[in-house]
Amino acid sequence: MWMYVLKRLAQGVITVWFIATATFFAMHSVPGDPLLNERAMSESIRANLEARYGLDQPLMTQYVIYLGNLSRGDFGISFTQENRQVNDIIREHFPISAILGVLAVVFAAAGGVLWGALTALYRNRLPDYIIMFLVILGISVPSFVIAALSQLALVNLNTLLGSTVLPVAGWGTVRHMLVPSLVLGLGTMAYLTRLMRSSMLEIISSDYIRTAKAKGVPPARIFTRHQLRNAILPVITVLGPSIAAITTGGFVVELVFAIPGLGRFFVQAVQQLDYTVIMGTTVFYGAFLVFMVIVVDVLYGFIDPRVRLE
Amino acid sequence: MDKPGDGNSSVFTEQEFTHSAGRQLALFACYALLAIAVLLYLLSLAARSTGSNGVASGAIDIVNNSISITLQDEPPQLDASRASDAVSGTVLFHVMEGLLSYGPSGELVPGVAQRWELRADGATFWLRENARWSDGEPVTAHDFVFSWRRAVDPATASDYSFILYSVKNAELVNSGELPLSYLGVNARDDYTLEVEFERPTPFFDKLVAFATYYPMREDFLNSTNGRYGADADMMLYNGPYMITSWVHNASMRWEKNPFYWNENRGFLDAINVDYMTSDVNAKLNLFKDRQIADTTLSAPMLPSAMEQRWHIDRFMEGTVFFLELNHRAERLTGNYHFRKALQLAQDPAELVYRALKEASYLPAPSLFPEFIRGVDDLFRKEYPPEPHRMDVAAAREHLEMARQELGLQEFPPLVLLTGDSPISMVAAEYYQALYRKNLGLEIRIDAQIFKQRLAKMDVGDFDIVLAGWGPDYDDALTFGDLFTSWNLNNHGRYNNPQMDELVRTAQESLDPRIRMEAFAGIQQMVKDDVVIIPMYERGYAFVADPRLKGFERRSIGTEMDYSYAYIDVPDE
Amino acid sequence: MHQFSAADFAPLEPHESLHGISRPSLSYWQDAWIRLKANKRALVSLFIVGLLLTFTLLGPLMWPVDPGAQDLEQISQPPGMDRSALIVPDYQPWDGSSERSDVSDLYLAETATTQAVRLKWDALSGAAGHRVYRNIFPVGPEQAFGVPLAEFFDNNTLYFEDRLDLRPERYYYTVVALNSDRSLSGVFVTLAVNVLRVTSLTDAQERGLVDGNTNLAVGDQIDLALHPLGTDYLGRDMLARLMAGARVSLFIGIGAPFLFVLFGMAYGSIAGFLGGHIDQVMMRFADFVVALPFLLFMIMFKIAFGIGPGESGVFPMLVALVILMWPATARLVRGQILQIREQGYIAASQLLGAKTNYLILRHMIPNTLGVVLVTITFAIPNAIFIEAFLSFIGMGVAPPTPSWGSMSNEGIKTMLTHPHELVLPALFISITVLAFNLLGDGLRDALDARMRNTE
Repeated sequence: MWMYVLKRLAQGVITVWFIATATFFAMHSVPGDPLLNERAMSESIRANLEARYGLDQPLMTQYVIYLGNLSRGDFGISFTQENRQVNDIIREHFPISAILGVLAVVFAAAGGVLWGALTALYRNRLPDYIIMFLVILGISVPSFVIAALSQLALVNLNTLLGSTVLPVAGWGTVRHMLVPSLVLGLGTMAYLTRLMRSSMLEIISSDYIRTAKAKGVPPARIFTRHQLRNAILPVITVLGPSIAAITTGGFVVELVFAIPGLGRFFVQAVQQLDYTVIMGTTVFYGAFLVFMVIVVDVLYGFIDPRVRLE
Repeated sequence: MDKPGDGNSSVFTEQEFTHSAGRQLALFACYALLAIAVLLYLLSLAARSTGSNGVASGAIDIVNNSISITLQDEPPQLDASRASDAVSGTVLFHVMEGLLSYGPSGELVPGVAQRWELRADGATFWLRENARWSDGEPVTAHDFVFSWRRAVDPATASDYSFILYSVKNAELVNSGELPLSYLGVNARDDYTLEVEFERPTPFFDKLVAFATYYPMREDFLNSTNGRYGADADMMLYNGPYMITSWVHNASMRWEKNPFYWNENRGFLDAINVDYMTSDVNAKLNLFKDRQIADTTLSAPMLPSAMEQRWHIDRFMEGTVFFLELNHRAERLTGNYHFRKALQLAQDPAELVYRALKEASYLPAPSLFPEFIRGVDDLFRKEYPPEPHRMDVAAAREHLEMARQELGLQEFPPLVLLTGDSPISMVAAEYYQALYRKNLGLEIRIDAQIFKQRLAKMDVGDFDIVLAGWGPDYDDALTFGDLFTSWNLNNHGRYNNPQMDELVRTAQESLDPRIRMEAFAGIQQMVKDDVVIIPMYERGYAFVADPRLKGFERRSIGTEMDYSYAYIDVPDE
Repeated sequence: MHQFSAADFAPLEPHESLHGISRPSLSYWQDAWIRLKANKRALVSLFIVGLLLTFTLLGPLMWPVDPGAQDLEQISQPPGMDRSALIVPDYQPWDGSSERSDVSDLYLAETATTQAVRLKWDALSGAAGHRVYRNIFPVGPEQAFGVPLAEFFDNNTLYFEDRLDLRPERYYYTVVALNSDRSLSGVFVTLAVNVLRVTSLTDAQERGLVDGNTNLAVGDQIDLALHPLGTDYLGRDMLARLMAGARVSLFIGIGAPFLFVLFGMAYGSIAGFLGGHIDQVMMRFADFVVALPFLLFMIMFKIAFGIGPGESGVFPMLVALVILMWPATARLVRGQILQIREQGYIAASQLLGAKTNYLILRHMIPNTLGVVLVTITFAIPNAIFIEAFLSFIGMGVAPPTPSWGSMSNEGIKTMLTHPHELVLPALFISITVLAFNLLGDGLRDALDARMRNTE
């Protein structure tokens, strides 16, 4: 087991290296650079700036220098936030995105399993139709709209109750976290609902369930130990990358709810072509994603003993 | 191992199974909720350590004499010598002060300088002796000398070093050809600043109010070890407020600077920047929830604002937007008749009133916006721009002349470069349909995000680009010198010796009347030669808490000015 | 006890019905097809898909309105609005003169129309200047005047022409006196104005609202162009745009998911089945693709494919979407395969001599279909919205070509005031998703042999 994990970690490092390299060269191949600004600058100033940031060196040299810094854990200084180290940026803002993301995934997983199992059980009856209708509606509406509408709902709620029960924006307390993480998790929740439903339906009519029923196993146990546990597997597969995706994709929610997470940096860095932040966030998220995948794969082996991990 | 008959029923119906499973699910839901509650609690503990808003103070805090506001974004650069964006400008305006500053009605007033004298060859500023830094030390002329040298130092690589180019040798120092000490600014003594001009600069007093001209203390800068401006304690303040707390990307707190000299400025004890977001909807919701003291309103929000019976106000932000044409010889737009056709076939009024529908935008009749001052009154009052008349028939004639001059059978498609903001997309689509309808031209919209658009503008990869220009200082020259042959911001590379001549006159002449005449000439030339096609001047509708008074919005320097704001609760 | 005799053990006559065929021997796919046809929901979904295709392909023929034509007289009109308008002369700039005068402190210089509302007023007492406001609600005791339209800081300008987004509604104009420091004094006067919908003669002729024979003159009443589903923020016909947008959205929204799911399925099943080193390498490559910053690579693709400005980048975007989105499916399928390959019947098949392709195609993939179909369902709206998002960097369709996703994005701005601009494209996206959702359900039911008796 541990050999497996170690092997995976080693592979992870290689993967992250590939990610960094591909991103580095893609970034430099795109027109524009972080020094361009609304006010044009003269040749000499531009030359100065390029020299200062090492952008006048040949590309391969820049790459090697960057890798060297990377191995020492130095992501450099941001081009747009000119006085902040990228390390500091990640260190200060990632935990917020992580908290938001974890909460969102927990909501999504709990909700997804619950609704999915419900629709599978009450198949073709009213709960099924209602939930599926909501799911389809939820994914057909852009996430921006859902976020904006939910914020508006909060305002109306607070006005109705006469005081700020749930803060409309911001970060810091439990009350700040609730709605944004719910909104963030909605899309994944819808997806997991569907997945769970499909998975449950397949299992419901499978042979071993029939056997168990015939054997006289109590229905509760059939449900939990056999149906749920097996149906959950695809959900688990999706969960790991979901955490990574949600944490990076929190851009819309972070913008609408004024949450100082890393998601906003991730998107704005590309728009601003902030080289160091792009590289820093990409490498960091890449590592995070790789790690989550490893966790999930290992978990898989635990949940389904038939699966052999090599 | 379960055996049949072990006390549980051996065969059960589908119905029973479903019910049982349903109960299991309900149980599961309860466990899940419990687990989530515990998780929430744990996470909230974690969140507290990440630096948070805590409990926001609400829009107006009468007890503490403070208000709560938002910023568009995290200020990227609070080192005044290097700052180049609006958000940093707003923050710096409140926590720092230059030689001159702005009064409650936007007029230029003494700042650190008590009085000054402008001459043809230079200027002298006499500093007041009670201006202090936030650590109690006096603000001296040496601080200005140090800061200005630093701003033109090539090692600092400031985006805005060009704004000091009226000072003697600034340009040469900036390109590294002369050492710093050659810069034409000196401290005759602790409280007297002598400036030598590179060329006559009658509007120098307007220039020194800009952030790049703010002072900086050398010993403090050295003590920060290159981290100046990175955090609240890595800065020294000489303005009405100081930054006492800064949680990056989340919040800031500005408290009254006890050492600030002007008792007629800075009436609020604290200003809490509790949120940093550019989402207009989020700000509106925060305002409705009484969490912030003011917010801007976009056009779709106005009906709701009117329904709420809010007092809506508006201000002109200062930027002029225009269609910048490419004057290079190989471009269609390089042809005079073609440009004339484009100019006559459109009307900015229709763009603003019908297509953009923003109540706070004004159709622009000229390169110069409304607030620019002339000799004694507004420039556009003293030198009214020639009114624009849309004339499609004449436009078509000019188009035909262009076609013959260029020897074309048909016109190839034109490329309209634009950014990704929603407003610019609407304007682009409007013009695309308009020119197709009125002139039969095919316009291709080239939508690019920020850096790619700048890169294309830099190399002139466009026929027409939706561009805008905001004022750096309160003088017509900030717009007037845009289209000289030497200005790098002249993306269309318009090259006309007569324009250059007019601008030089406007730059150097000491007689305000002669200057304004030159600007009037520039205004007319821009129209006659179709250098650009002005579209609109940008403004914003906004709403503020009725208890907040003295809150100003400006076109120059900072968009929001809370330094004269105070809380006024009407008596019962 | 029965006494058996030899006669009891006589052989029976051959009986036809003994060896009857209860039902024809079907291959797996034939069986699935029959069940699909019988599945009600699948049929409904196929019907909906058919309708969508008709809408997309035949719609523009039946409703040949240019989706790019801007009808600036009818901006952001919800469906079913009144369209009648009065013909008036073309717009001429106003110099403030009027035939009426001194009707009251604040009065209309002429009839208020959607072309212009011209106000005149007498100087208010003690005013150093005046400010004009417009409201859609009457001004009450709170003195909320509405939106400020103009300010005149002198005593000569006593007229104002409003042309901003005029609608045939009731407006309440207020003129407030300004103090010498530009602050509002308490002196104001209000006027309620009903705005008449008009269009100019030239515009009516240009838009083809009249045929050549009829002589149209000022003062006639005509109907403006019909827009059955309303118009958008630039006055473009929603129905035509939905039809034009369908083409792009359906192509990308269905094409891309199918392609990348297909690829992901192939990739994941090979990785899952083969296992070992190959599996590891393949999966790490999938992780690599997922971790790449999406927007950056899209920009890079755009340049690599050499899409010029204003050119349609639909096909390159399809390729880019496929390239960047297959890993999720691959991982999912691989997970399923890992489970399935341990099943007994796989071992049994192998012992019987089945080759790898046969095992994968015939046994494993049909069992992963449930999960795959769910992924496709969710990938469809995702692809549509990503396409809308990419139009910002110039990939996808160039304006004025619409797509449902970009229409939704644009509709967000006016969500609260003109909801139809968002609701209509979102509705079409929902219908598409629903159709494929049901189809997916039906397909899965049809293809899953175990479900045979549960419908």
